[in-house]
Amino acid sequence: MPTTSVPDPSKKHQRREHALMLALVSPALLVILALIVLPVGWLAWQSVDHDGFTLENYRRVFTEDIYWRSFALTFEISLAVTLIALLLGYPVAYLANSVPKGWSILILALVVLPFWTSVLVRAYAWLALLQRTGVINQFLRYLDVISEPLALVHNTFGTVVATVHILLPFMVLPLYATMQKIPADLMQAGASLGASPSLTFFRVFLPLSMPGVLAGCTMVFVLCLGFYITPELLGGGRTVMVSMLVSRNVELYNQFGAASAVAVVLLVSVLAIFFVVSRFISLDRVLGQK
Amino acid sequence: MTTRNVGLGCALLGALACGGTAAGAAEQITFVSQGGAYQQAQTVAILDPSAKKLGITINQDSIPDAWPAIKTQVGSGKPIWDVVDTPTGNCLRGGEQGLIEKLDFSKIPNGAAMPEAYRSPYSVSYEFYSSVLAFSQKTFPKDAPNSWADFWDVKKFPGRRALRNHPFATLEAALMADGVAPDKLYPLDVDRAFKKLEEIKPHITVWWTSGAQSAQLLNDGEVDMEMAWNGRVSAVAKEGAKVSFTYNQGILQSTSLCILKGAPNRDTAVKFLNEAVDPVHQANLPLHIDYGPGNPKAFETNVIKPERAAQLPSEPSNAAKQALMSYAWWSSPAGEAAEKRWASFMQK
Repeated sequence: MPTTSVPDPSKKHQRREHALMLALVSPALLVILALIVLPVGWLAWQSVDHDGFTLENYRRVFTEDIYWRSFALTFEISLAVTLIALLLGYPVAYLANSVPKGWSILILALVVLPFWTSVLVRAYAWLALLQRTGVINQFLRYLDVISEPLALVHNTFGTVVATVHILLPFMVLPLYATMQKIPADLMQAGASLGASPSLTFFRVFLPLSMPGVLAGCTMVFVLCLGFYITPELLGGGRTVMVSMLVSRNVELYNQFGAASAVAVVLLVSVLAIFFVVSRFISLDRVLGQK
Repeated sequence: MTTRNVGLGCALLGALACGGTAAGAAEQITFVSQGGAYQQAQTVAILDPSAKKLGITINQDSIPDAWPAIKTQVGSGKPIWDVVDTPTGNCLRGGEQGLIEKLDFSKIPNGAAMPEAYRSPYSVSYEFYSSVLAFSQKTFPKDAPNSWADFWDVKKFPGRRALRNHPFATLEAALMADGVAPDKLYPLDVDRAFKKLEEIKPHITVWWTSGAQSAQLLNDGEVDMEMAWNGRVSAVAKEGAKVSFTYNQGILQSTSLCILKGAPNRDTAVKFLNEAVDPVHQANLPLHIDYGPGNPKAFETNVIKPERAAQLPSEPSNAAKQALMSYAWWSSPAGEAAEKRWASFMQK
């Protein structure tokens, strides 16, 4: 390609186009400013403003061990949920990708359908399944597998199970979107060169689906960091995640500053994760079906 | 959320809805309560009759926890609510922080006639509920647990237990379990209470956070005994669940009415406050829901039948078995410190 700079009439045209684009998106930018940037700014301001500038709220977050414990627990749970969702979601997405169109629509519909049920209802549904007198325990007792009901809920286990269920679509959909873009010819090429199906999968398909894996994991992990109702209802009061810490702070310290500080720390961690991930893949390419 | 809705509604409808009626028609107030069956019951029993008698319009709003909204509304300098029905502690704490109007009881004769323990410079008791020891009759067909000492006695009363994930009433229960008399609780011996709670902690299956959750735990047989609000337990029992509770060593708690500092309709709000604790209106409340009147004179009106009165937490002989929660103590520095200590207790 020659790289000589020719006086380019299209450059002016391009600039005009940019200005037009900016004018067109400005209403959306204003909405974002009013609904996201201003409130978040106000939130951040609250965390340092208490009769003058103070970092007391942050000192508390970084030194008192109940905060550490909550942040650690939240990251642990989010990590566990992400891994389980990946292990469950990958085969589903793979299946949806490899069956004929009609079947894949059905599979995706089954994945997306629970979206239309409120998170609260799903949490209570899990309660009905997992609790001491719940369906699963009753069934196991009926089969004489157990004599005492298992503690399946009101602990971290119950929280993880329900959270995985709720977040699974956020894993399956990006995976499916990525897999759709992997040309089937490549697999055939691999096979024609004598590779076994498992070899083509591990050498060709899996690496090519990695952007989807990364996108799905990021989505699930980040969403899980902010989960509230599910751990509140299924955690038995001991699984205190960061979001619950925010509400406890309003209740217990009676001030928004402490709650804001926790929220800001959470927000910054989420942004940091997005920043790191975006260095490896372009998220909008995976999510935006380009 | 609700605040913003009202604010937004006012902004959008502008003079039409919010300004227009105030200028032309009768006086009005905005009254805020906690929603659900409780707010419906008080609408029929107290709010509608009061509005009719005073010739005012009562606009209603509801929010489960009014405290953050009180803070933001008054903090912004333009509150849109007038009267709030909220746990008494919020009124006291709000009063100290300059968020709640000081009351002139000469303008609230009905309130002035109530026992002093039932009111504060900022608030007047509106209704009573009780944190009681509730249990499954299936697990305990006879010899049910009858005191907090029984609740703590895991050998004599084996079974799964739940407590509220909040220090209110829980610390009181722990102290009573440790032998403190109901009328000698305050100031709470916080160290002793937490020490006693450590004892029962391993035996607590669930620390519940909402009233609905506590009812469901007992109803589904997830726990065999728990601390719960009397109204929640009787509601479940009415639906056929084999559950019961005792008022013995219950912790009598109240919500109170208070007026936001700088409320837009303060004078009307004061008039309403007086009307709302009128013994007859108050006596109407327990006909619709299992909460006791905030004004004990309601029991002298003959509106409440004796057999009904016997079920209510604030009925004098029931009240005598219980501890009256001191909101003054809970909103003192010692109380707030105890509240903060709860978070670390739970996470250890």
